Amino acid sequence: MLRFIVRRLVQMVGVLVVLSLLLFLWLRSLPGGTVSAILGERATPQSRAAMEAQFGLDQPIWVQYGKFVGRVLQGDFGPSTSVLPGTDALTIFFQRLPATIELSFFAMLIAIALGIPLGYFAARRRASLLDNASVIFSLVGIAIPVFFLAFLLKYVFAIKLGWLPVSGRQSGDVDATRVTGFFVIDGLITREFDASWDALKHLVLPSIALASIPFAVIFRITRASVLDVLDEDYIRTAESKGLTNRVIRGRHILRNAMLPVTTTIGLQIGALLAGAVLTERVFSFGGLGEALALSFERRDYPVLQVLILAAAAIYVLVNLLVDIMYAVIDPRVRTR
Amino acid sequence: MSNATASSTTDPGTDTTNVADRDKARRWREGGSEPLLRVRDLRVTFQRQGAEPFEAVQGVSFDVHPGQTVGLVGESGCGKSVTSLAIMGLLPERGNKVSGTVDYEGTNLLELSDQQMRDKRGKDIAMVFQDPLSSLNPVIPIGLQVTEVLERHRGMSRKAATPVARELLDRVGIPDPDRRLRDYPHQLSGGMRQRALIAIALACQPRLLIADEPTTALDVTIQAQILALLKELVEETGTALVMITHDLGVVAGLCDEVNVLYGGRIVERGDRHDLFAQPRHPYTNGLLASIPRMDAPRGQRLVPIPGSVSDNLPWTSACAFAPRCSQPIEVCTQKMPELEEHHQRALRCFNPVEVSR
Ligand SMILES: Nc1ncnc2c1ncn2[C@@H]1O[C@H](COP(=O)(O)OP(=O)(O)OP(=O)(O)O)[C@@H](O)[C@H]1O
Ligand SMILES: [Mg+2]
Repeated sequence: MLRFIVRRLVQMVGVLVVLSLLLFLWLRSLPGGTVSAILGERATPQSRAAMEAQFGLDQPIWVQYGKFVGRVLQGDFGPSTSVLPGTDALTIFFQRLPATIELSFFAMLIAIALGIPLGYFAARRRASLLDNASVIFSLVGIAIPVFFLAFLLKYVFAIKLGWLPVSGRQSGDVDATRVTGFFVIDGLITREFDASWDALKHLVLPSIALASIPFAVIFRITRASVLDVLDEDYIRTAESKGLTNRVIRGRHILRNAMLPVTTTIGLQIGALLAGAVLTERVFSFGGLGEALALSFERRDYPVLQVLILAAAAIYVLVNLLVDIMYAVIDPRVRTR
Repeated sequence: MSNATASSTTDPGTDTTNVADRDKARRWREGGSEPLLRVRDLRVTFQRQGAEPFEAVQGVSFDVHPGQTVGLVGESGCGKSVTSLAIMGLLPERGNKVSGTVDYEGTNLLELSDQQMRDKRGKDIAMVFQDPLSSLNPVIPIGLQVTEVLERHRGMSRKAATPVARELLDRVGIPDPDRRLRDYPHQLSGGMRQRALIAIALACQPRLLIADEPTTALDVTIQAQILALLKELVEETGTALVMITHDLGVVAGLCDEVNVLYGGRIVERGDRHDLFAQPRHPYTNGLLASIPRMDAPRGQRLVPIPGSVSDNLPWTSACAFAPRCSQPIEVCTQKMPELEEHHQRALRCFNPVEVSR
């Protein structure tokens, strides 16, 4: 098991090296390059040359790449140019990370807690009303654009009905002490429970919007996977032993059906940032997704770099976790 | 093989019914005992959307006495598995209709609720399936697959069940049972997996065991070992066995009584010795002629039955076997022959094979 994890970690380093190379090449190929981005199109050749020398752009490309990697490894991405001018790009990243983690956590919680049981029962009562209804529901979940769903939820439940806050992570009149940056947890630590409750209310609508796609995908995979497992001979064996429904469900059906579902959950977590960009925009949630959108619009390359590399690292890390989960569930993977 | 006395001493109080069965088995051989399982006019019809309903089992009746080994023999598709699944209540929940009676110790299993049937399965009636790899759950250890049935029906804790499971694996001839308890199915050989399935089936000492082609997926040498093991175990424990197979060779070494199925109906039944010595149905005769025999003169050809199941006529208006029969007469294609019983034999044929000698 340990060797397995080490092997995957080595692979992960490989993936990140390739990614950093792609990122480097992408930055070099930006229209006009960094210099024009900073100086503008009409800079004089002299000032361009001076700036190229300053950034080391006159050196051979592999030296530039080496320096780039060296700086990245030290966490030196430079200061933000336009999102929050002057603030270190990495600092911006860490400031905004908790918001996105909190949002993603609740979104995945909703997606999993709804998708897996519904997928299971839909499969067990195949072609029933429950099955048909939930298949349609999940189709809507996939088909409806996240952006539109977020707007719709905000309009109906926040603006029209006024049940939930319209935007942000915390109401202005709540004076909360910051400890970890995870607002719900902060309130629990400082015993300011009303602050936690307020933060939770702010999370409801964005979480639902963000959960729509992962929910739909997890539901469909669970349903398909349970249907497959139900056809397996070992389920018939389990029934022939007279085991209770509960044991057959948990130990025999779900445990096997979870193998493809685990992979799906991993992929969905990895893809969550795309949804977060839109959701955080609509609800002004102040997380990485919003930062990604802003930095792209305003060409803030230092911030963009951090976000892209971090997104890639998270993706690879989540996949590592999925592989470990897989090995935990499936002995055939473990003992190979 | 480990000895049986060791296991019955470590596991007291559970063998009593089966000891009684052993006596009953003896009595059955001497004639007369209440059947343990009494199947009457069992019919299973599959309803498929957009297709004609298909009657896979068309009125099958047979008895199994305590301690008796009964064979259900026939070609692929004749309804052997469907019959056994109907008895176990394991047919798919939807898309089929089952009628007739399956009396187990006087209770009609077909009328039991799902919960009542769950209480019987694995405890009173157990089953061993054809493909041992796909029949074992790939993601849980063998040990748990044995102990879970003990936990369920004997009310044992996992901890108390483990030594019993170890004993069971030992008894079915799995070497190094302590290690095998922790192993997963893919780590066992095919023969060992089938032994494990047998251990699971026999864990609660059922009075009836149904084995659906338990050796078909195995190598020939392993087949013989598994059959020997089954024979030894049912003799030792007095468990009644329904042996489902397409191979008369398997029946020859194991069964007391043999039912020959064709197209969802029994066409011939008899004591193993009688049936083998004197098959009356041309189908049985054909099956017998197509098994390789060690004592056959060298160079003698095996004679397979011509045609296939797809040539069958509907039973309702003819003998289904007529198109493939070696000696059909006119009436065979005009009406259905009835199953007629005389002298412990039953036969469904208008023109049976002549009695030689
Ligand atoms: N779930 C089902 N739905 C529809 N038809 C079925 C179903 N199960 C079995 N059948 C049909 O019932 C008939 C009898 O099948 P069964 O499995 O009992 O055959 P068998 O005698 O066990 O053959 P084999 O030696 O191949 O196992 C076959 O024609 C099969 O196609
Ligand atoms: Mg079969």
